[in-house]
Amino acid sequence: MLWTRKDLLGLEYLSAEEIGLILDTAESFKEVSSREIKKVPALRGKTAVNLFYEPSTRTRISFEVAAKRLSADVINIAAEASSVKKGETLIDTGKNIQALKADIIVVRHNCSGAANMLARSLDVSVVNAGDGWHEHPTQALLDIFTLKEKLGKIKGLNVAIVGDIAHSRVARSNVWGLTKLGAKVTLCAPEMLLPPGIEMTGAGTSSDLEEVLKNADAVNVLRMQFERDENTAFPEQLDYFKKFGITEERLARAKDNIVVMHPGPINRGIEMSSGVADGKNSVILEQVTNGIAVRMAVLFLVSQARDASRSSDA
Amino acid sequence: MKEKVKILDQEGVSRAITRIAHEIIEKNKGSAGLCLIGIRNRGVYIARRIAACIKQIEKTDVLTGALDITLYRDDLTLATGQPLVRKTEIDFNINDKALVLVDDVLYTGRTIRAALDALTDFGRPKSIQLAVLVDRGHRELPIRADFVGKNIPTSRKESVEVRLKESDGEDEILIVEKE
Repeated sequence: MLWTRKDLLGLEYLSAEEIGLILDTAESFKEVSSREIKKVPALRGKTAVNLFYEPSTRTRISFEVAAKRLSADVINIAAEASSVKKGETLIDTGKNIQALKADIIVVRHNCSGAANMLARSLDVSVVNAGDGWHEHPTQALLDIFTLKEKLGKIKGLNVAIVGDIAHSRVARSNVWGLTKLGAKVTLCAPEMLLPPGIEMTGAGTSSDLEEVLKNADAVNVLRMQFERDENTAFPEQLDYFKKFGITEERLARAKDNIVVMHPGPINRGIEMSSGVADGKNSVILEQVTNGIAVRMAVLFLVSQARDASRSSDA
Repeated sequence: MKEKVKILDQEGVSRAITRIAHEIIEKNKGSAGLCLIGIRNRGVYIARRIAACIKQIEKTDVLTGALDITLYRDDLTLATGQPLVRKTEIDFNINDKALVLVDDVLYTGRTIRAALDALTDFGRPKSIQLAVLVDRGHRELPIRADFVGKNIPTSRKESVEVRLKESDGEDEILIVEKE
């Protein structure tokens, strides 16, 4: 299995083998973070630019840590404080970064398809760190990596994704990745948060949380993104917690070893209770640790593929 | 057709490994403070076999680990086919140990250079020695082995195939004429 893509834009575009290669590579990289000297020279002399058009702390820091552990130089651009304010287009910003001889752009943008557009127009590697409601591939990869680490496999698992499906690129990337690897995914939310047509991705849908939890090997709990769209109807917060919040009482009726995940940041008392977030089934902080290994693998693979294609062109 | 010549068979490989084990013990005056780090993949199997020999002779367990040097290669950015990154497993402290690095074939020396760089990131051993099953010559760096199973003079047009039970089903060393 060879990795030949200079970009990582979404899991929809990848084969099961390609996803498997990223996960295997990440497993090797995980060891690096447990060393006393947490650094390898694999991307020495490369420059990675984090170009973020949306506020993000954990994803940006995770990418920054990953790049630094590979010895790459990292530049962070927050769009609010850049010439984007002065009206520069995404492509122009990208071309300027490319003119600085950067090697990788990690982009987060509020428009779906932004990373794809950038990747088409540029020769540098583009890694999608979340685009609108479209995809957030590295988050799904770290979710799947964590799940595989906990349960030993993905094939045949019943995975529930609960919460704000409508606004969630995390849900979309997870559905693509999990179904390609042979898991059965059920999206569970109030009907107003289940977008029409979502079953085309291969996932089932339900609004019956009790029933979904009973069969689930894992539950990925999404954050309610109240900030994302003022015009969309949202359920009242307390009412949501009563009907869809993951609580200790509800977990008590689920499988004993059910894996509870959350991409963070958690709204405690809205999507899940504090007891669950800090409880024995929760792997939320392990997800953060695994995120580094997964992003190291992605940065390494796209960079290798770009180098290989450039030297064969020359 | 590729021409193949068998240089060592199963007994030959086994004798070479046993002799290396004896030489390691002799040079280090016993097995105290000794550890073996194999370079992935075949170096790891050879390191484990040497450790088993040392255990038979000295009745002590020797720490063994596995090192993947992909991330330290100096040809990582050249188009030499895509290397797979595998796991490094060194679950002990290498500081102040008499460390023996183990690989199957010593050729240009670049793998060993990368391994030395990698080991520096894990600590500061008292000494690093090198054991290889085959030394085939053609060094490109000032590196030599302390323990050699078999010296095999080769031309650059040939390649040396080390086949081991653990990875290939049988023990043998072949010289293969490249087409």
